[in-house]
Amino acid sequence: MTARHLIPLLAGSAIVLANQAFGADDDTVQRGAYLARAGDCVACHTAPGGKPFAGGLPIESPFGTIYSTNITPDKKAGIGNYSEAEFAAALRQGERADGANLYPAMPYPSYAKLTDDDVHALYVYFMQSVKPVAEQPPETDLGFPFNQRWGISAWNWLFADADTFQPNASYDQLTDRGRYLVEGLGHCGSCHTPRGFAEQEKALDGDSEDYLAGANLNGWWAPSLRGGDDGDGRGIEGWDSQAIVDYLKTGRNAHATVGGEMTSVVANSTTHLTDKDLMGIAQYLKSLSANPAGDGATTADQRQQATDETAAHLQAAKNLSDGERLYIDNCAACHLDDGNGAERVFPPINGNSLANADDPTGLIHTILAGAKPPATPTIPAQLPMPGFGWRLSDDEVATLATFVRGAWGNDGGAVTADQVAKVRASIDDAPLDKAVDPNGELNHDDGESHAANGAQ
Amino acid sequence: MAKQQPRVDAVIVGLGWTGSIMGMELTDAGLNVLALERGADRTNEDFAYPKPADELEYGIRHTMMQKPKQSAVTIRRNLDERALPQRKLGAFLPGDGVGGAGAHWTGVLIRPTPTDLQLKTFADQAFEPGVLQEDMQIQDFGVTWDELEPHFTFFEKVCGQSGTTGNLNGSIKEGGDPFEGPRSEPYPLPALQDTQNTEMFEKAAKQLGYHPFPNPSANVSRAWTNPYGMQLGPCNYCGFCSRYGCLNYSKASPQTCILNALKQRSNFAYRTNANVTRVELAPDGKTATGVTYIDDNGEEIFQPADMVILASYSLNNVRLMLNSGIGQMYDPIARTGTVGRNYAYQIGGGINLYFDDIEFNPFATAGATGKMFNDFSPGNFDSAQYGFIGGAKMHSSQASGTPIKTPLPKNAPKWGQGYKDALQKYYGHHMKLSMTGSVMSYRSNMLDLDPTWKDPYGMPLLRMTFDWKENEHRLSRFMRDRLSEIADILKPDYRDEGFQLEGSHFKVTSYVSTHNVGGAVMGTDPSNSALNRYLQSWDVHNVFVPGGNAFPQNFQANPTDLIGALTYWSAKKIREDYLKNPGPLMSRS
Repeated sequence: MTARHLIPLLAGSAIVLANQAFGADDDTVQRGAYLARAGDCVACHTAPGGKPFAGGLPIESPFGTIYSTNITPDKKAGIGNYSEAEFAAALRQGERADGANLYPAMPYPSYAKLTDDDVHALYVYFMQSVKPVAEQPPETDLGFPFNQRWGISAWNWLFADADTFQPNASYDQLTDRGRYLVEGLGHCGSCHTPRGFAEQEKALDGDSEDYLAGANLNGWWAPSLRGGDDGDGRGIEGWDSQAIVDYLKTGRNAHATVGGEMTSVVANSTTHLTDKDLMGIAQYLKSLSANPAGDGATTADQRQQATDETAAHLQAAKNLSDGERLYIDNCAACHLDDGNGAERVFPPINGNSLANADDPTGLIHTILAGAKPPATPTIPAQLPMPGFGWRLSDDEVATLATFVRGAWGNDGGAVTADQVAKVRASIDDAPLDKAVDPNGELNHDDGESHAANGAQ
Repeated sequence: MAKQQPRVDAVIVGLGWTGSIMGMELTDAGLNVLALERGADRTNEDFAYPKPADELEYGIRHTMMQKPKQSAVTIRRNLDERALPQRKLGAFLPGDGVGGAGAHWTGVLIRPTPTDLQLKTFADQAFEPGVLQEDMQIQDFGVTWDELEPHFTFFEKVCGQSGTTGNLNGSIKEGGDPFEGPRSEPYPLPALQDTQNTEMFEKAAKQLGYHPFPNPSANVSRAWTNPYGMQLGPCNYCGFCSRYGCLNYSKASPQTCILNALKQRSNFAYRTNANVTRVELAPDGKTATGVTYIDDNGEEIFQPADMVILASYSLNNVRLMLNSGIGQMYDPIARTGTVGRNYAYQIGGGINLYFDDIEFNPFATAGATGKMFNDFSPGNFDSAQYGFIGGAKMHSSQASGTPIKTPLPKNAPKWGQGYKDALQKYYGHHMKLSMTGSVMSYRSNMLDLDPTWKDPYGMPLLRMTFDWKENEHRLSRFMRDRLSEIADILKPDYRDEGFQLEGSHFKVTSYVSTHNVGGAVMGTDPSNSALNRYLQSWDVHNVFVPGGNAFPQNFQANPTDLIGALTYWSAKKIREDYLKNPGPLMSRS
């Protein structure tokens, strides 16, 4: 044996090699790669189990199924023939190279804010560092009238004429950078801003109180991200900036653990952002005035009193209702009698935005199918919440969910067995937690056998 | 010609505690690392609430354990008997699959004492010649407390060790173990909650002048994020620890403490159902070229590697060395060879106390729940006058409240209505006083290759020759008498006991302990150790063998903390010296 064999292999060497092949400016490529993370391009432009950026992910919209496109630099199937100007038009105006309109599932109304510099870096990254894939994703074929892409021009005229980002001197530099990321590449509003009659986001920037005010996403409540201090505590109002950074960086903080669609956003996008950018995002969100508290909103004191009452009743374990019994048997081991869980490990359901949402779909889904936080670079631990669908009937889940939505200071309202049955029928096996490595390999978490990476 | 896989820098055989630790350390050093695991994959999903809480499945049918077909050893009690293979697990329960025994252990995470690491030196000072048994072969570990202390500290942080500090940098702390070696940092987390039995035991022990302290635990008392960013949830005292995967992610294991972090690394990979049968050596026998394994299709595959880490269970590590010709097989008659020498074990015993009017609520407990005292460890009392060396942790633990294993008085019927009546009468009314004792090493307690029995691949089975010796009988007698004094204070309505007293022999059919240690021991003298003090084979320098196999004899407590610390110790030396200049880290002379 020789010592030479023990020379370390550099992780990430694949990227370096790919860049050299094109003679690209490494800094620009890396900046582009980072921006692609910030925009989470890979999430929509990769089919489950598919090659990164090769498209084909079916996206359900109110108008039918839209398939994401191949944005690898393949000249036929992808965007290999796009000039930088054509790339920019697609990104910012939703305009394909052939002049047709993209469906606004592509968040070009947000990407319109991108600076020329950043568009350039993204272009260089996609053209020179992403591996071309020759696979043609399925064509999107919406029924009439939505298959008439020219109609989108009118929609664009009405809703999408946002300008390139303009610095705002009333914010400090870091916060303004956060505003750029949130309103632009981060396209947070796609899920968190309520939509209007034409499925348009009601606002594209913080000038409006509708912006990031919370929205229903296929039944899951995407909570308000307006972080000001005087809301009813069901969004991120009570979180300080560092808590927001922790959530985006690691998928968990003292208040919550990521679930639903946001799981992949953390895994594929936000965990890869710098702490500084995340702090900018946090500060910007904290600068947005909170949603006005609703009628009948409770005070912190009232919620604490209600928490103590529920916890005491569960501990005494006398005259328990069916919902309380189900909670003790299935949930209390981790979430505890006070519903507060264990900091950063088991999330609180007491005061949880998903548990209290008007639409209980997200809560039901989580009870039935469980949830799993992403493995992030700083917090790789994955402590899955198991699904309970295999052992609880629709009736039992409804009873349990009704208890959870009314226990402690929660006020989510009752759940019916019919609602549970509907969610149960909709659950497929598509995991929400799989991270995609844009360098080419799916980041498998487990499996029977893996070849040694780079051993060849 | 076996199929050949692409070369790796280091191959790790077995993905339990030591394999996972080595995986982290060697990938940190930039090596390209592959782990081969004989069993199936196991992730946190396998332990999803509430599935592990099934005593029949896990506690009785041993779902988490190796099956005799995979790993039987043949057993005899002395050199004159003919060894026979295990047909059923009994005395010890090695773990199966990713995580190994680290997934189903109880979670007692306790250090040896500084004296335990240098027992031979201590014995030479404290015992007149001729007091100890002539065939005893005790040795120093070859590594000191000060050298290992930082590695204990780190491993305990990895595990989220919960307990009460007794000796912080030489300053004795109230409530902890005053006899523990000086710790450089306090326990990462506070101790677990007490139960009724621990309070009773503590009071009686103090009355007799002993120094009880909470069992050091790897069932974490609070939520914990370890240095790798791995997380454990606070223990909820469900009582399903030993023999079970933890359903609350509260017990330190490779799964909860290391594996998600390791799997993120692009220079790490692992294969399951890859049963390594031997290490392949270069023609001169001085280096290993890789390992041969059988995959799940029964195909034999050669995996070339520049380093081989044998990180499987202690018994299998020894067997792999013997089947690969790494070092010389021990011969107790000719007194030659070192591989298989100094196999040792753990001795236990206890008194069951039954109280008609006390409810112990055994269903609300953690595996490590309990209190112990260390007053009877070597150096803390004068055992020479009783003619034995060694010691015992004296404790009252309440590890579980599962129904099938509920202790019943010896005279209770074993089946039928009488059994049901007894179960109803005594469940929850029992506590136990226990000793966990050291076992010394002896000339004829050993491991070698069985001359008759082979596995399905034609490889000889490991043969274990083991029995209790007079030294351990005397130790048991002494400890029994001390525990009886505690029982007298507690005044149970009924009591019975079980100890390995004079004349008793090792029985393989009922559980004793899975603390099988020794057989490939560490040391500073190649004539009496298979590994040098860095756990490197004296004979094949690119083979390292971390595990309980490295203990030259066993001390009076649970081995996991020492195994973890030794593995980090070995890894440090590999990273700092071996990788720069591969070769023997100690000279043979």
